[in-house]
Amino acid sequence: MSGSKDINIKLRIWRQKGPGTKGGLVSYDVPGVSTDSSFLEMLDLVNERLMEKGDEPIAIDHDCREGICGACSLVINGVPHGPRAATTTCQLHMRSFHEGQTITVEPWMAKAFPVIKDLIVDRSAYDRIIAAGGFVSVNTGVGVDANAIPVPKENAELAMDAAACIGCGACAAACPNASAMLFVGAKVSHLGLLPQGQPERQERVLKMVEQMDAEGFGGCTNMGECEAACPKEIKLEVIARMNRDYIGAKVTKRPKGADKGGGA
Amino acid sequence: MSAIQSTAERPVFGSITLKAVMALTGIVLYGFVFVHMVGNIQLYQGPEKINGYAAFLKSVPPLLWGTRITLLAAVLLHALAAFTLWRRNLAARPVGYAHQSFQAAGITSRTMYWTGPVIALFVIYHLLHFTLGSAHSQFSHTDVYTNVVVGFSNVWVSGFYVLAMLALGFHLFHGGFSLFQTLGLRTPKYEKPIKLVLAVLCTVIVVVNVSFPIAVLAGLVK
Ligand code: HEM
Ligand code: SF4
Ligand code: FES
Repeated sequence: MSGSKDINIKLRIWRQKGPGTKGGLVSYDVPGVSTDSSFLEMLDLVNERLMEKGDEPIAIDHDCREGICGACSLVINGVPHGPRAATTTCQLHMRSFHEGQTITVEPWMAKAFPVIKDLIVDRSAYDRIIAAGGFVSVNTGVGVDANAIPVPKENAELAMDAAACIGCGACAAACPNASAMLFVGAKVSHLGLLPQGQPERQERVLKMVEQMDAEGFGGCTNMGECEAACPKEIKLEVIARMNRDYIGAKVTKRPKGADKGGGA
Repeated sequence: MSAIQSTAERPVFGSITLKAVMALTGIVLYGFVFVHMVGNIQLYQGPEKINGYAAFLKSVPPLLWGTRITLLAAVLLHALAAFTLWRRNLAARPVGYAHQSFQAAGITSRTMYWTGPVIALFVIYHLLHFTLGSAHSQFSHTDVYTNVVVGFSNVWVSGFYVLAMLALGFHLFHGGFSLFQTLGLRTPKYEKPIKLVLAVLCTVIVVVNVSFPIAVLAGLVK
């Protein structure tokens, strides 16, 4: 790869004063951007220049800057987390862009992710979906020996793949229906594939899906945009597993107070 | 801003429940489309054959009406679920993107909400055209063969049929794939075979159905 160079770019960035106010795209010329800088460092540079002029900096969400927290939520040229596959915004570098390019930067757009300011959205809808059932209950006390509970290797691997989800919200942002099913499917799969997740498996999928609907996310039409945008390469297969579990739970879950089983 | 408490209300019918309704009714409609197509091939065996087939279909009224009511219920439920989900999906993104690039969605998945209503309009016209007979004056309740020949001699009518069948092919390709996913039956093992079978099936459905109006216009069936 050739060495670092400086490029001049043009940004079109979503600016919005606060929740519920009307936002819009504002253009900025940004000369002298090192191709070695990350996308967020480039925005830091823009903000420094804005502040030097006494202008309000652009509000951006970010935290770890190492691809694990899921905070850096930007739609770059129409794709959440930008043009590189399996890469979060904070891991994207300016070498993915070229001299003179116009780059459009927008926040996650979804009713369930209201804009707080500029490019920052409130993603607590995902937290509420987790709180509704995305956990396993364990007793405190003596720690269980490692490997005390057998887990089939294939399940362990599939559960780990699903557990890679960082809850960034890119799936709902990418989906033309603003559906959160890749995220919910990842969590339902992650816990549902493991023995520790079995006691609450039916409750979990019913409650998480219920919360997902209540938050105002759309429904899946199997377009696959979520899978393409996901920085952690979560597969559409998790949605099939969630659907399977949900339909199974709806059909077989015994109503509260139903009498005990036994033959007819 | 409290993260945990939620004041939002959940809809009565969950999104996955509605999708399951669409998938199950979709299977019924899929079956109908296929049987209907196979039966109509008898058009190529002359008037006695197809008219006899039509008379046979109508010979047991309870069976005929049972089928009709099942199909009507399936279409209505399917369209109602589609409409409900469509409204929710629109509401889920009140402010759209200035720039959205699609990376994975193909033409068939992106046009489901167009091809569906086109099929609905087609079904209404088709029933007026060949079942109720109110769409043209020379209609006969027993001579199906002549109805088809007279109906398809009109280029505009035939053109609409061809267009509707293309929409149906698109709808059934993505719909067929979707229904496996919706019902949780999609697995990596069968993904490629399912797509292949659907591609062949949808091509056959389009080609055979489109062949009827074309054959009439070309003077092969008269
Ligand atoms: C011959 C008639 C029809 C057949 C065989 C058919 C079949 C199907 C199937 C199998 C699905 C997949 C269900 C799923 O998502 O799991 C589907 C989805 C759908 N259908 Fe139909 N359908 C028909 C007519 C219609 C009509 C009349 C409408 C609209 C008024 C419609 C609108 C839709 C929509 C919007 C979807 C959802 C697309 C998606 O989830 O990607 N369909 N259809
Ligand atoms: S599934 Fe992927 S895109 Fe969706 S929240 Fe998890 S990591 Fe982000
Ligand atoms: S800032 Fe943590 S993943 Fe990008």
